[in-house]
Amino acid sequence: MNAIIFSALAGVVMMFSGIFTKNTSIITNVARVALAVLIAVNLLDTYGGWMIAVDTKNLLSFNKFGFFFNTILFVATFLFFVLSGRDIEKVGSYTAEYYALIFFSLCGIAVLTSFNNLLMMFLGVEIMSIPLYILTGADKKNLKSNEASLKYFLMGSFSTGIMLMGITLVYGATGNFNLPPISSAVTGAVVSDSIIGPLGLLLIFVSLCFKVSAAPFHFWTPDVYDGAPSVFTSFMATIIKAAGFFAFIKLFEERSSDLRVSWKIIMPVIIIATLLAGNITAVFQQSVKRMLAYSSIAQAGFMLFVVYANNNSIGKEGILLYAAAYSLATIGIFAILIRMKDYTFNGYNGLAKKEPFIAAVNTILLLSLAGIPLTAGFFAKYYMLAAAINAGGKSVLWLVVIAVLFAAVSVYYYFRVIQAMYFKEGDAEVENVNNRFKFGLLIIAALIISIGILPSVLLNWFYF
Amino acid sequence: MVAVLLILIPLLSGLASFFIKEDRTVKGWSLFSSVITLLAVLYAIFNPQQLSYDAAWLPTLGARFSVSLDGMGKMLCLLTAISLPVIFVSTFKNTYQKASAFYALMLLTQAGLMGVFLATDILLFYFFWELALIPVYFLCSIWGGEKRIAVTFKFFIYTFVGSLLMLAGIIYLYFQTTGGSFALKSLYALHLSVKEQNILFWLFFIAFAIKMPVFPFHTWQPDTYEQSPTAVTMILSGVMVKMGIFAVIRWLIPIFPLAADHFRDIVIIISIIGMIYASLIAIKQDDIKRLIAYSSIAHIGLMNAAIFAHHQIGLEGVMIQMFNHGVNVIGLWIVADVIEQQLGTRKFSQLGGLAQKAPILAILLVVMSLANIALPLTNSFVGEFLMFNGLFQYNAWMAAVAGVSIILAAVYTLNMIQKIFYGNTTEITNHAKDINGNVQLILVVLVVVVIVLGVYPQPMINLTKDSVQIFFANR
Repeated sequence: MNAIIFSALAGVVMMFSGIFTKNTSIITNVARVALAVLIAVNLLDTYGGWMIAVDTKNLLSFNKFGFFFNTILFVATFLFFVLSGRDIEKVGSYTAEYYALIFFSLCGIAVLTSFNNLLMMFLGVEIMSIPLYILTGADKKNLKSNEASLKYFLMGSFSTGIMLMGITLVYGATGNFNLPPISSAVTGAVVSDSIIGPLGLLLIFVSLCFKVSAAPFHFWTPDVYDGAPSVFTSFMATIIKAAGFFAFIKLFEERSSDLRVSWKIIMPVIIIATLLAGNITAVFQQSVKRMLAYSSIAQAGFMLFVVYANNNSIGKEGILLYAAAYSLATIGIFAILIRMKDYTFNGYNGLAKKEPFIAAVNTILLLSLAGIPLTAGFFAKYYMLAAAINAGGKSVLWLVVIAVLFAAVSVYYYFRVIQAMYFKEGDAEVENVNNRFKFGLLIIAALIISIGILPSVLLNWFYF
Repeated sequence: MVAVLLILIPLLSGLASFFIKEDRTVKGWSLFSSVITLLAVLYAIFNPQQLSYDAAWLPTLGARFSVSLDGMGKMLCLLTAISLPVIFVSTFKNTYQKASAFYALMLLTQAGLMGVFLATDILLFYFFWELALIPVYFLCSIWGGEKRIAVTFKFFIYTFVGSLLMLAGIIYLYFQTTGGSFALKSLYALHLSVKEQNILFWLFFIAFAIKMPVFPFHTWQPDTYEQSPTAVTMILSGVMVKMGIFAVIRWLIPIFPLAADHFRDIVIIISIIGMIYASLIAIKQDDIKRLIAYSSIAHIGLMNAAIFAHHQIGLEGVMIQMFNHGVNVIGLWIVADVIEQQLGTRKFSQLGGLAQKAPILAILLVVMSLANIALPLTNSFVGEFLMFNGLFQYNAWMAAVAGVSIILAAVYTLNMIQKIFYGNTTEITNHAKDINGNVQLILVVLVVVVIVLGVYPQPMINLTKDSVQIFFANR
């Protein structure tokens, strides 16, 4: 409960901080402190220290998995603030409001990681998304940003409508909003002869697919990510997406293994479609920002394995690793991208000569996204594939093989950036690189590599 | 503990090399480090005890940091440890931009290779398998020839696809072991059904076949060898291709014995097709590097066929030949590098009459080339004879067809010698000088090794005897 209350409070504080000072760097620092406090109170919650107890009548249920997920996302947001704080200030003249909206979004995430009731899930998704519609349009003089915002808003409300319809149908089939009966709707235990329950769940599933941009519901993603101010794209593509996955796995948590046949067909189709759409389109991009948008779709395809894998313990550990590895790496890459003069691949030409440190960190992060050993991304992918094989055995081997082939495709576009930085001549330009920025990058790279060598460092916390 | 040192010395000294500014210092430092590694390997070889080290690595997964040196491991570690100093000394005069990064990446590659040959935990093996690839990718892409970026990228994607398929197989195997383990022992103890083996066999074999490379997975190889800086090509062809052969012997066949039986004919036939095909193409080459590259495909094909023929004699031949091929091919690359550095071309058509100008080089190259054809008294003769013997015992027809490649090898190798060394001198070779100093020393050492192992191969056979026995005991 701490996280929900404090993130909402922090949002209010940020809103008012804009009244007292116009100095944006003070506002940024206030936001960093507020987020540090948020992380601290969430940790207190995790280890049973001080916490605010509210009787939620079982609407929310808190557990270590959820807290831990909060921690990962909050820490990622913190690094995001450290690296890209300056760039948030530059988007427009409402710095305090931007931070406030981010905190409200985090509040939605905190609700999402603890919902035990479909209505709460709906609230969480909405609290998380509405600030993003505004942030996407934050660059209000830019037509692309406006377009992206409108598109995002329309598509988002549409998917919300679908979700509500789904929730209604599930209510009709089961008679309440609580989570466990819904799970059995999928297995067909409660309403075996009725189509309403599974149909409702399918609608919820579709709307969540929209949130995590799984194909074929991904079409909004590249335009929105491309149009939004890059700093906010970074936030959306990482933290928000990971939170969407949490809702996904929480919703289908207690699914028993005797799923309906139709369900077993839908998941592989969605996974393959997502991998295909993300990877193949990313190959043809000329702008790194757009490439990252498509790559985020491709990465979502890998994360979907956890839903496929019935949420076994390997899958749960895996999604934690994946969320951490993917968010950290993408935040770092975006932080560098934002300060590049030219967002195309050619804009990176010769970066290694000019800024060897930044190029080296960028390389490590890209290698992690590509899933090369010694980086966190390898174990993230490893756990996803292992979860799938553990759940399905020989029958999913083909799906895993397809997935790894797409992982090889992804190497193509990630390595194009490395090639531009190291092997091509050019004068890439990076703006205002200071030591704090480099230090932030160093921390991200160190985290990526240490998780890559010993993932148990991260996972042991989970079992504490 | 020595086993761990073999990985740690190149790894740490390689990381340290990144920070050395002075070019000469970094050259000396990396040479020093590689010599220390060589001494450590020699210590390991003359130490009769079983050298292994085992520590917890990823307790939640069941992966352990376990390394161990058996005969085949010792032999390949020796090859790795010898090649680095040989490469460093013979290319000592070459200058590289950003030399510190170059030497650092070379040493990191060595660390990866050592790890591959030492690991007895398949996830650890996979780690090192990739670790050996990444530095090579940067080495070729930064210091390579004109078309380096595209060519190296092709190489990387090829091998990466293979590795990922292997990864899928590894994960599957993990869930078949009792309690979840990546250890070599528990994988050997598995009893997989025929159907499972038949699928998994290919997931692993494609990874290894790309690395070797076996026809039809070889298309990355000639381009990469040609475009890479020669020092890297030596590592690639001398040591790295042995990773594939090694992995087949250590992991593939013992874990999937039924599938190996089942697909034996297919694998041997594609190996033999590759031998003949590569030899025929080698005849048409006009570039020393490409010729050696294709000749290397032919030799590797024979090794692969001999492993799958599954006869003890053949396997002994493979063991010897893995080492010998490494030595010979590095020797050939050194000569190619000397000619290219000095004359600025690798094309036969522009060379000629070099024997008059560089008699010592000519003599040494001729010995190396004869070893490449596997003439008696050279080291390759023993290996190839044993391998053909093994193949013959499995199927005489296959051995006969494969034998054609010996004749073809003589054709292209002698053709190369003739065009480079005899005939009239050209404009380019008019000013050629003979080799001296480091290069001469190294080539002489290699030639001595070639002849000694050709006359007296017993130490190599003894060294790898235990691995051969384990291989056959496991069926």
